[in-house]
Amino acid sequence: MAKRHSRPIIGVLAVQGDFAEHLHMLESLGVEGREVRLPTDLVGVAGLILPGGESTAMRRLLHRWDLISPIKSLAKRGAPILGTCAGAILLATKIADGDAPVLSLLDVEVRRNAFGRQLESFETSLIMEGLGSEGRSRTIHAVFIRAPEILKVGPSARAVATLDDGRIVAARQGRILGIAFHPEITGETGVHRWLISEATAALG
Amino acid sequence: MPAPKRAKTSTWATKKGLAQMLKGGVIMDVVNPAEAKIAEEAGAVAVMALERVPSDIRRDGGVARMSDPDMIKGIQAAVSIPVMAKARIGHESEARILEALDVDYIDESEVLTPADDRFHINKHDFKVPFVCGCKDLGEALRRINEGAAMMRTKGEAGTGNIVEAVRHIRTVAEEIAALKGQGEKRLRAAAKEMRVPYELVKVTVKAGRLPVVNFVAGGIATPADAALSMWLGADGVFVGSGIFKAKNPAKTAAAIVQATTHWKNAKVLAEVSAGLGEAMKGIEMRTIPEGERLSKRGW
Repeated sequence: MAKRHSRPIIGVLAVQGDFAEHLHMLESLGVEGREVRLPTDLVGVAGLILPGGESTAMRRLLHRWDLISPIKSLAKRGAPILGTCAGAILLATKIADGDAPVLSLLDVEVRRNAFGRQLESFETSLIMEGLGSEGRSRTIHAVFIRAPEILKVGPSARAVATLDDGRIVAARQGRILGIAFHPEITGETGVHRWLISEATAALG
Repeated sequence: MPAPKRAKTSTWATKKGLAQMLKGGVIMDVVNPAEAKIAEEAGAVAVMALERVPSDIRRDGGVARMSDPDMIKGIQAAVSIPVMAKARIGHESEARILEALDVDYIDESEVLTPADDRFHINKHDFKVPFVCGCKDLGEALRRINEGAAMMRTKGEAGTGNIVEAVRHIRTVAEEIAALKGQGEKRLRAAAKEMRVPYELVKVTVKAGRLPVVNFVAGGIATPADAALSMWLGADGVFVGSGIFKAKNPAKTAAAIVQATTHWKNAKVLAEVSAGLGEAMKGIEMRTIPEGERLSKRGW
């Protein structure tokens, strides 16, 4: 049984990528983060972050250390999961151009490197739908790095952020949230706050 | 489809940001699309496309230059992970060619024969981000001041001997630690000595680390070498000759990837280090004359 904590422990997948930036963000919000490299690291976490990184490398490490099914059961138990960039690719039910899906927790189809190579990485502002109970839509600053795009949002999920040109860059399905950009490197705290409040709620 | 029209591309955040996404990973030297595939399969976060791995450059001698654009294009077509390529120190035109090829990062590298004995490339002038080598804090900050968005400690490439890599990452860390808690006067003096702006020294000392992602390079040949690099504070590792000069490249590559993730976990390291076959044959440093050390190139 999960112990009652005043604040939940949030796991951050630490097999590869910018997990330190996410841990730093959690720390700045006064929440304990934990690096997750093996299934045992997931015991007692109330929420999980899948960071930015190279999704092909992360996919291999997830399979190699049998992390897929424990993460799926964590989601099944109602724990919130946030995936940024590569993390969103890991969450998707479909990956364009042939790659098999990894966690299949978010009903979207994504395309990797949808904007092109590094020279097409960019910064922009966009409107993101409010996530929490008190949330209203607001403009946020976002950095996209060799970013994926959400091509299609299935019936179980919905788009929560789009670019000016209409391309979808964030989608949510209950407590699962996948976004194509990196709030952890711009200091945009809203998404992490949402994850923490959902994790607190899930703890009961 | 490219970035949206009103978005800003090639900003400091995007340049530095790609390196942040590579952290905790392994960047592997490859000389053809087949090797690039093996690297990607093994879990590399990026590949460095070059004509000859450092140990062959060391053996063959002669002038080592930027790779043939066709070879770089072939590698870009073969893999979906980032592709980096090397330009000679100070060779602005090689760098422009690599930028036109849409590589993801340029390595202004001492492994190639330097083209300019006075100036490194002015990297602020480029849209594509750069990674550069360093042996100590001053060299790192000079490169960052010129616009490098990622660093790697040099080590001694092509040797399969990690001793220089260890020396360089330790030196950077010790020099930052020595400035910690020092007043403005002392930091200004250090900045002057290192020939970099005071502000850059200040942010580095405050953070207790280099202000950009820093990988270890030069001499990594085994999973344990990768783990040692991470233990010494590296953000990730470059492996050059260590993979494709090993008896079993695919297995060695995968094991080095696992070790870079699980560097703290000795049980995992023992498991992934087993049964790899012979590692690349290494070179004892004493047998390399000072003048032949690649790490001495650049300043």
